Amino acid sequence: MEFFGQFLQLTVYGLISGSIIALGAIGLSLTYGILNFANFSHGDVMALGAFLALALFRLTKNLGIPTHSFGPLSFGLPIVIALICSMGLTAIVAIFIDRILYRRFRESGPIVLLIASVGAAFVLRNIIQFIWSPLPSYYFREIQISKRFFGIRIKPDEIFILIFAAGAAYLLHLFLTRTKMGKAMRATSDNLELAKVTGIDTERVILWTWGIGAALAASGGVLAGIEDKFITPELGWHLLLYIFAAVILGGIGSPYGALLGGTIIGLSTEISTAFINTAYKPAVAFIIMVIMLLFRPTGLIRSK
Amino acid sequence: METLVGYLNYFIFFAIQGGIFAILSLGLNIQWGYTGLFNIGIAGFYAVGAYTSALLSGPPPLALDWRVVGGYQLPFVVGLIGAMGVSGILAFLIGIPTLKLKEDYLAIATIGIAEVIRLILKNEAWLTNSVWGLKNLPSPLQGLIESKISLFLVSHPDFPRWLNALISKGYNWFYLFIVFLLIGVLYLVSERIIRSPWGRVLRAIREDEAVAAVSGKDVFWFKMQSLVLGAMMMGLAGGLYAHFAKFIDAMTFEPMFGTFIIWVMLIAGGSGNSRGAILGAFVIWAVWTGTDFITGHIQMAGYREGALRILLIGLLLEVILLIRPQGILGEEKVVSKMYEEKRGPHGENT
Repeated sequence: MEFFGQFLQLTVYGLISGSIIALGAIGLSLTYGILNFANFSHGDVMALGAFLALALFRLTKNLGIPTHSFGPLSFGLPIVIALICSMGLTAIVAIFIDRILYRRFRESGPIVLLIASVGAAFVLRNIIQFIWSPLPSYYFREIQISKRFFGIRIKPDEIFILIFAAGAAYLLHLFLTRTKMGKAMRATSDNLELAKVTGIDTERVILWTWGIGAALAASGGVLAGIEDKFITPELGWHLLLYIFAAVILGGIGSPYGALLGGTIIGLSTEISTAFINTAYKPAVAFIIMVIMLLFRPTGLIRSK
Repeated sequence: METLVGYLNYFIFFAIQGGIFAILSLGLNIQWGYTGLFNIGIAGFYAVGAYTSALLSGPPPLALDWRVVGGYQLPFVVGLIGAMGVSGILAFLIGIPTLKLKEDYLAIATIGIAEVIRLILKNEAWLTNSVWGLKNLPSPLQGLIESKISLFLVSHPDFPRWLNALISKGYNWFYLFIVFLLIGVLYLVSERIIRSPWGRVLRAIREDEAVAAVSGKDVFWFKMQSLVLGAMMMGLAGGLYAHFAKFIDAMTFEPMFGTFIIWVMLIAGGSGNSRGAILGAFVIWAVWTGTDFITGHIQMAGYREGALRILLIGLLLEVILLIRPQGILGEEKVVSKMYEEKRGPHGENT
């Protein structure tokens, strides 16, 4: 019974970290599918989102926005405003990077893009470090007491994370299935040349892909900050391996796969802590990825 | 005169570290430059080489150490061979699941293996002494050479101070000689293989895997050999670093110095060109050292200085990719020795 209780507890933790991983993985999978390159700066885009939210949050202090927290949550309107504005800003930054950098390599093939993205990752991370220092920064410092439901401890903030991630995933689903741009995006991801022939403005699709991917990544970064209570410039780098594992597990190019992959990676890494040293969580994600590559490299949800 | 000697001694130090980077860059050149294998876990192979060599040739654990194994005090050469061996085996294992797939999977897998190695270095204290690292690593023949030097200096008390300062650091000259000797050997090996039929298969794979496979080449196996050979060079560089720095810990092999700067070096020098790999290593190492002088003149917090320097190197990479993707030297046209001999006096091998 005790083991079962621990298992349930770790499952809840797994769902929480899984939703953060999934928010990063969806964006990575979308750009991977459409632009056909592994963007190694995606983790640092998440960190950028987290730090832009911090800057915006500090700005809101002078604007007279009511600062009281929402019900049991440890934050209020300023954080929510910072979160949403940071998603928008990060999207603009990602589109800007595409315009000045990646677009010029589009004809050079995926590997040159990959190298460029590794360079971009280091540039982004060190811009963040230059501005905000490598030390942890905090959105807020209050320590929240966990609530108990049927013996499982969970903080109200964590319930917010779960609901936010589920909401974002649902909105993305509506976007991909109901809107013209969403459908064009899926078509481009399936086959860029074919999409071009059918008259889809693929440059516009690429723009939207960067925007949506970066916005989701930014929200993932902010939620990671809310969950961990602090953010550092290394935040994205530490998440990168989980995100790639999730994308490969789900199948490159499939946002639904990324959601599923993120959840599985989150669950398995958390549950693994019952058996092995917590420090090896990234190693667990890595091993799952390698097993996947060995037996089903196309991912759970088959893509190209 | 004495400041000049100070600079010279610093230059020797600079050249040894640059030479170790050159070996890493030559290893990456085999993998990426010749074969198109995208390894961004160089730090992992580098670290494994350093730790293997340190555990084989280093001193046994001290009473206060967490580490309980290693320290067999084997000869330097055995340590280096061990470093190459273990790095090679690691590359073999990572090659199995990834070399049959698209190139970017290898990139992801190597970044993963580098991270896992970093975690092991940090957490398996019984093996690696965790964050306390491995200390007092021996440099080859150091005791012998330094005692000879001090004897020599004692018997020549009439030497001016600058000459004394120069000679007393004589051991670093010897280490520099070892590093450059190995660079020379690896350079010749690289040049030899790229002109061999084996090297031509590697380049064929890089250009078009399918064509190489259709010509009856076992693409997977060739890629594996290239990956392992490159990783062995990286392991060797790790061993050389360990015995030069005399101290290693998990922080030594962070992604910036273990992996990223090596990529910038190879791309700057010209991938696919072993001379370019060596040149790029020294040029970028000089640029990196130079940025220290630049940021040193601007008043700012220490962490800002570090971040600004890495940022500049990152921007430099993007600029090279945009305006000169082939690097300083670019790839050298290499044709078969047989062809050149047939062609007559202009071929360099006749």
